[in-house]
Amino acid sequence: MTKTLTRLGVDIGGTFTDVVLEIGPERHSTKVLTTYAAPEDAIVEGMHRVCAKAGIAPDQIGQIIHGTTLATNALIERRGAKTALITTKGFRDVIEMRTESRFEQYDLNLVLPEPLLPRNRRHVVTERLDADGNVLIPLDEAEVETLADDLAAAGYESIAVGLLHSYVNDAHERRIAEILSRKLPDAMISISSEVSPQMREYERFNTTIANAYIKPLMKSYLTRLAQRLRDEGADCPVFLMHSGGGIIDIATAAEFPVRLVESGPAGGAVFAADIAARHGLDKVLSFDMGGTTAKICLIQKQVPKTARVFEVARSYRFKKGSGMPISIPVIDMVEIGAGGGSLAHVDALNQIRVGPESAGSEPGPACYGRGGTRPAVTDADLVLGKLDPANFAAGTIPLYPDKSAGALTETLGKPLSMDVTEAAWGLAEVVDENMANAARVHAVENGEDISEYTMIAFGGAAPLHAGRLCEKLGISRCLIPQGAGVGSAIGFLRAPFSFEANRSVFMKMNGFDTAAVKQLFAEMEEEAKSFVRGCDAKAEIRTEHKIYMRYSGQGWEVPVLLNQADISSPDPERYLAHFQEEYSKLFGRPVEGLGVEITVWAVNAFTEPDISDPVEPASQGDAAQVSGQRDLFDAARGQMLGAGVVQRGDLAPGQHVTGPAVITEDETTIVLPSSQELIAQPDGTLDIRAITAASQRDEKGAANV
Amino acid sequence: MSKVGKVASQVMWNRLISVVEEQAQALIRTSFSTSVREAGDLSAGVYNEAGEMLAQAVTGTPGHVNAMADAVAHFIRRIGRDNMFEGDVYITNDPWEGTGHLHDITVVSPSFHQGQLVGFFACTAHVVDIGGRGFGADGNSVYEEGLYLPVMKLIERGEVDQTLIRIIRGNVRAPDMLVGDIYALATCNEVGHRRLINMMQEFGLSDLSDISRFIMENSRRATLERINALKPGTAKGHMQIDGFDKPIDLHVSLSIEKDRIVADWAGTSGVDKKGINVPLVYTKAYTCYALKCAIAPEIPNNAASLAPFEITAPENSIVNALHPAPVALRHIIGHMVPDTVYDALDKLLPETVHAEGAGSLCNFQVSTRPRSDAPAPKEALRAEVLAFNSGGAGARPALDGLNATAFPSGVMTMPVEATEQVGPVIFWRKELRPDSGGAGRFRGGLGQYIELGAREGHEFDFQAMFDRVDHPARGRRGGGSGAPMTIAQDDGTAMRGKGKQFVPHGRKVMMGLPGGAGYGAPAERAPELIRRDLALGYITADFAREHYGLNDRDIEEVISKAKLGETI
Repeated sequence: MTKTLTRLGVDIGGTFTDVVLEIGPERHSTKVLTTYAAPEDAIVEGMHRVCAKAGIAPDQIGQIIHGTTLATNALIERRGAKTALITTKGFRDVIEMRTESRFEQYDLNLVLPEPLLPRNRRHVVTERLDADGNVLIPLDEAEVETLADDLAAAGYESIAVGLLHSYVNDAHERRIAEILSRKLPDAMISISSEVSPQMREYERFNTTIANAYIKPLMKSYLTRLAQRLRDEGADCPVFLMHSGGGIIDIATAAEFPVRLVESGPAGGAVFAADIAARHGLDKVLSFDMGGTTAKICLIQKQVPKTARVFEVARSYRFKKGSGMPISIPVIDMVEIGAGGGSLAHVDALNQIRVGPESAGSEPGPACYGRGGTRPAVTDADLVLGKLDPANFAAGTIPLYPDKSAGALTETLGKPLSMDVTEAAWGLAEVVDENMANAARVHAVENGEDISEYTMIAFGGAAPLHAGRLCEKLGISRCLIPQGAGVGSAIGFLRAPFSFEANRSVFMKMNGFDTAAVKQLFAEMEEEAKSFVRGCDAKAEIRTEHKIYMRYSGQGWEVPVLLNQADISSPDPERYLAHFQEEYSKLFGRPVEGLGVEITVWAVNAFTEPDISDPVEPASQGDAAQVSGQRDLFDAARGQMLGAGVVQRGDLAPGQHVTGPAVITEDETTIVLPSSQELIAQPDGTLDIRAITAASQRDEKGAANV
Repeated sequence: MSKVGKVASQVMWNRLISVVEEQAQALIRTSFSTSVREAGDLSAGVYNEAGEMLAQAVTGTPGHVNAMADAVAHFIRRIGRDNMFEGDVYITNDPWEGTGHLHDITVVSPSFHQGQLVGFFACTAHVVDIGGRGFGADGNSVYEEGLYLPVMKLIERGEVDQTLIRIIRGNVRAPDMLVGDIYALATCNEVGHRRLINMMQEFGLSDLSDISRFIMENSRRATLERINALKPGTAKGHMQIDGFDKPIDLHVSLSIEKDRIVADWAGTSGVDKKGINVPLVYTKAYTCYALKCAIAPEIPNNAASLAPFEITAPENSIVNALHPAPVALRHIIGHMVPDTVYDALDKLLPETVHAEGAGSLCNFQVSTRPRSDAPAPKEALRAEVLAFNSGGAGARPALDGLNATAFPSGVMTMPVEATEQVGPVIFWRKELRPDSGGAGRFRGGLGQYIELGAREGHEFDFQAMFDRVDHPARGRRGGGSGAPMTIAQDDGTAMRGKGKQFVPHGRKVMMGLPGGAGYGAPAERAPELIRRDLALGYITADFAREHYGLNDRDIEEVISKAKLGETI
């Protein structure tokens, strides 16, 4: 990926399709309303717009990187193809029986989400493997032939095959796929040992079914898109962002479309990772807050944390367990229902609750004046002075503070006997606390102390809340990058080509088989590399080897990163030492006297990421030009303070601002509480720091700018 | 309380709930027993300095609700405040002062801030083995059911009591696992403690008295509002179930009064000879859980929100068994408590609660060993495998019952692939059981079929923990009964619903887990729901004909459409 290449990043989101064009250091971006019926229309329109801005023709674009919520939405809205499942006899209902538990303990009228495939589309064949992959019952091929005829007669477009223990032995699944492709040449086939070769049948089957379910739709969309782009003059390679934070070619994406789920938020994490690299930060918390949700991700040494399983389509207040599990390599994020549009109410306990219900864009928060009567986060932000009613979204959407005040008073103020400012403060504190709690839990789950992290905030609502969130989390530094509004699309342009191969192979450390380990890694490395080579035949491909280890008897595995020596000459003692170190980091101390085992093996192949230009930190210069004054509520102090207003466009590198202050720009507003100050950096990033106790005393007089 | 305090209190209550969730997460991730890490059979809570519970993690086990609320008070009484130091950790598995049987280990850690005792963290987990006869109903007294750990110090000022650890190790079948679990319990309290202290520093608190008061006042007020909105009255509930050797009658009298709800279990059968007896603390938990679900579901559990529910039972009844009654499988009857309470509550609050469901979790434990009737292969091994499974839930006033999903327990089943990695067992079948949900305007949830064997070269003991063999779930307002529990070997050899039974080499255990009962008359069921049930195979053609009067032409049409994968 050379820098002179002209590249286009496209992110199809729920509301907007973001398009970013980069020609070397030059960047142009636009937002087009997403066109659901034919998503490629918005892409084409956006492409022409940015090309016009840059004064180039589409045929000068060298590469297009695309990410989309279409796969996720198809799963949420159940708009997939007519799909059948073939599974082991006796296990027809795995995806319906789920974990046999209720994700909400106290709701007597709980409704579980419908399985992706109803029971009459789930079929069984006679066969069985044991946990070591030995054949207990051979595959009844005649039965498969008959079933294939029935499926052909029923007109299925796509078929998922998921058999018990196929993650250790894929022979039966492959044989079924062969028979199916002969009998149903037009149907698409997904087998679980290929889509998600991991132990745990519910997760693996569901992932395979999800893949099969959206495959016809995504394949047809991707084919149409490539053709349409060619027709419009952009005859260049098109690549897809995947959920693991890398990019893959269009053919792989069409084969494994489930890997495209959550690719937009993954782009956001890659964007933050790139900013982290430019600023030389090893421990970063990315905070992406939009209209309906907030996403939080840990980024260590400029690499976003990844996981092997996540949940999509949560049906019950974002509650864990109310969605469906997808086991693929994914950037590990927590997503909670907290955004600018999240609505507040008072519950039976006189507690303010915020979200996940959202006002959306219609009617929107009360302050939009479009009939919304319940207070949203944006209403609180307005009353607290964080937003300028005359200059919201570059002045395109007028805001009505009296409507906000009315909604806050009616819904929160009266029942809690709070005045309007107090109600707004309470609302903002609750939503900030919700996000802070999510971040804390996520950090604890990863054995990290969050106060050592630097926050990188982007998305329309994040800069309004980042300051307070840092105070709550004890984070002393936060960066607000340029282009925060189209962060995901920019992130696509920073992503490496990458593919992760996974295997579930049990190995106890006291039965460590060096030859088998070498062989396994070699196979997986070849598999992962071949996908990457398909994207770029010449680039140098790097690999990263990870194993998941635990004490025998535990159910939760700890990821352990291996180094080159561990791969060329695997040594169980060293593997064990790595594990004990990671375990202690997470849980305080290792457990003595217990056996250790490896459960999952992963090899990630990727191209060298574009070396980001390091940003030379600007030394502190003079104070920034203040263009006005307004009242801003300071949550930590619990009172209104006079705050300086600064135009972001006026900030020169090195200029500094001391809180309380607000920095305004077209897409968002940066709120600087009294406990923080910032210095503008050469790349336009705002570098926010907590004012230390000592310097706070020194600057007491100047605190109000 | 000052106005500034109002917003801060809101934030702190929120934070404490997050703290206990984190505490529970840490336990799931570090524990060894499948019952904890896969099934979620655990709980965690934070307490003020007086030992009153402020917040409890919502986990898979309502059975710990009140037990956890009471536990810390026992520790304070037994250990003595003067004898509590920074770095201490306490332990017990006392069924009467903990959570109802020896397999639940409760660990309590005092929290010190600036040298002062400010509160406690407690957590409980169900461990797979505690020695004795093993997990089952066969004990004649609690002494046979395993190692007993009175309330005592596990760690004093950071120093682990190695004598205690050696005694524990010497008395259980899987010492590494159990000791690992005990460390996990201590670790999770430590995680909670660290977060609590951070919060106290952030808000400049020196103790928890103000925030305790805020939580208690709001919880009490909200709970009383709910109770006082109900029409006062008294009603009786009854359920008969299998028991071990003879049927057991559960009787409850429920009374809605001003500021409280009283449930009394007078009239219930006496203590049983076998280990299915229930300590009162566990009866209280499930009674309270049932009432909270129906009356105040969104009010979190704490000392104040639980207080208005007053639960009593005569001593030496099976729901108030005293020491040394055997109690290992107290969950079987405990899980039947909510549906008995609902039999009464339905008379006071019509159209609120569901019909009876499978009730107890359908658990079994398998102990494999090399076959003894012929030479065994050298790789044959001894292993203990515990499996949690659910029958069907009862139909609701306006919804079908949940298929193969437990109520009242919320623990999860384990993946078959994971269980088959734990020991040499083979699940030949685990899928929904058609026709097992009771017919009705709303259908009961389906139970499931399970067929279980061992790998070549093994025989095994099968510890059954089932009920509803002779007493299937009863329908409400004209709804049909759920299907009963069935169990036998694949060659027809009969098996009992409870107790340890030998299964020879090559044989399988064939189980049909019970279904939930229906709600309302079957004749009132919407025709499209009947057709859908038939198309999906939730009911067979015979069942559709017999219970809903579906005619042969319709049946044929639905089945042929279903075969083509069409949605009905």
